[in-house]
Amino acid sequence: MRTPHDYDDIPGTTVFDAERSRQGYFLNQFCMSLMKAENRAAFKADESAYLATWPMSEAQRLKVLERDWNGMIALGGNIYFLAKLFSTDGKSFQQVAAIMTGASQEAYARMMLEGGRSVEGNRSLAEWSRRG
Amino acid sequence: MAELFAGLATSHVPAIGAAIDLGKQREPYWAPLFKGYEFAREWVATARPDVVILVYNDHASAFSLELIPTFALGCAAQFAPADEGWGPRPVPTVIGHPELAAHLAQALILDEFDLTIVNRMDVDHGLTVPLSLVYGQPTAWPCRVIPLAVNVVQYPAPTGNRCLNLGRAIRRAVNSYPEALRVMIWGTGGMSHQLQGPRAGLINRQFDSRFMDLLVAEPAKAAAIPHLEYLREAGSEGIELVMWLIMRGALDAKVREVRRFYHVPASNTAVGHLILENSG
Repeated sequence: MRTPHDYDDIPGTTVFDAERSRQGYFLNQFCMSLMKAENRAAFKADESAYLATWPMSEAQRLKVLERDWNGMIALGGNIYFLAKLFSTDGKSFQQVAAIMTGASQEAYARMMLEGGRSVEGNRSLAEWSRRG
Repeated sequence: MAELFAGLATSHVPAIGAAIDLGKQREPYWAPLFKGYEFAREWVATARPDVVILVYNDHASAFSLELIPTFALGCAAQFAPADEGWGPRPVPTVIGHPELAAHLAQALILDEFDLTIVNRMDVDHGLTVPLSLVYGQPTAWPCRVIPLAVNVVQYPAPTGNRCLNLGRAIRRAVNSYPEALRVMIWGTGGMSHQLQGPRAGLINRQFDSRFMDLLVAEPAKAAAIPHLEYLREAGSEGIELVMWLIMRGALDAKVREVRRFYHVPASNTAVGHLILENSG
């Protein structure tokens, strides 16, 4: 069971703490392995076979295969490690950020050009539930 | 004696490095940002630091989850640009200052700041983007660099207060180094940004502006900002701003703000930049 933390109340945000780091250890270390060109090639050649060499959970492997970024984060993935995976796919931080927010690339890029997502209404889970 | 005479703060967004490396500085998206650093380029050409203590964070490049040092001091003779997954940035190798770094390590540990000593480390965009913003694209960096890597990847980062006090200890340590060296300290990262989850893209101009005000004039108040406030108000990655407090702690109680620049966006991030000179 997770210890409750003051930051659990921040909506749409997963704080990568020691507990999540432990949970996501092999998922993140797998991502780290993609910094080497030969590992990227092996992964691209057969994703499932490459993933099978890492002792992560089946659920984590599935989220990787699906490229479910929020799903990977929920299972202990950290964005800076996941960056190795999306870089292997040829995607940028902004492209993946847009996917995680559910917005189109165009809408997300426009939001950033217009000053980014406002903190107003985005501070707490209560604010999000009122918004519905 | 060595003298620590000024500090500089800047964000270190990877997309800025890519824009420089691909020659996009004049494109409409990037031009306003690079214009904001012209002052720094002229200023540093006059100030000419011999050594920069460069406070930054590694982004899962040199340190994986195998080893997570809260403060890691680069004591090597040189540091290669890291391959972050798309090949190393085409920038010069970073030349260290092993003698001053060894002195810092020894003085700081005896001053009760138990740093990790790193004798081999590649440096990622967190360190090289600030150098590119300030020095452009030289064939060799014009100063020596002592990297000070701070963990902000796995929560919790060190507290703001700890960072401010580490900065003060760095100042004492530099002051006791016998060689006449002009030393600067740079604090990098921030400002408000969130790269993950459904709340990605968060920017808080008001928080950033207040943070810069407090950092300059009332650093103890800036140092008292709790982690929860950074996470909530400045986004999950906005907590990188604690690194600016190490820079501030190494300067005089009173500083002259000779430059402030703020720009939104660079990719997902609010870019902030300060130059502060000691004034007693």
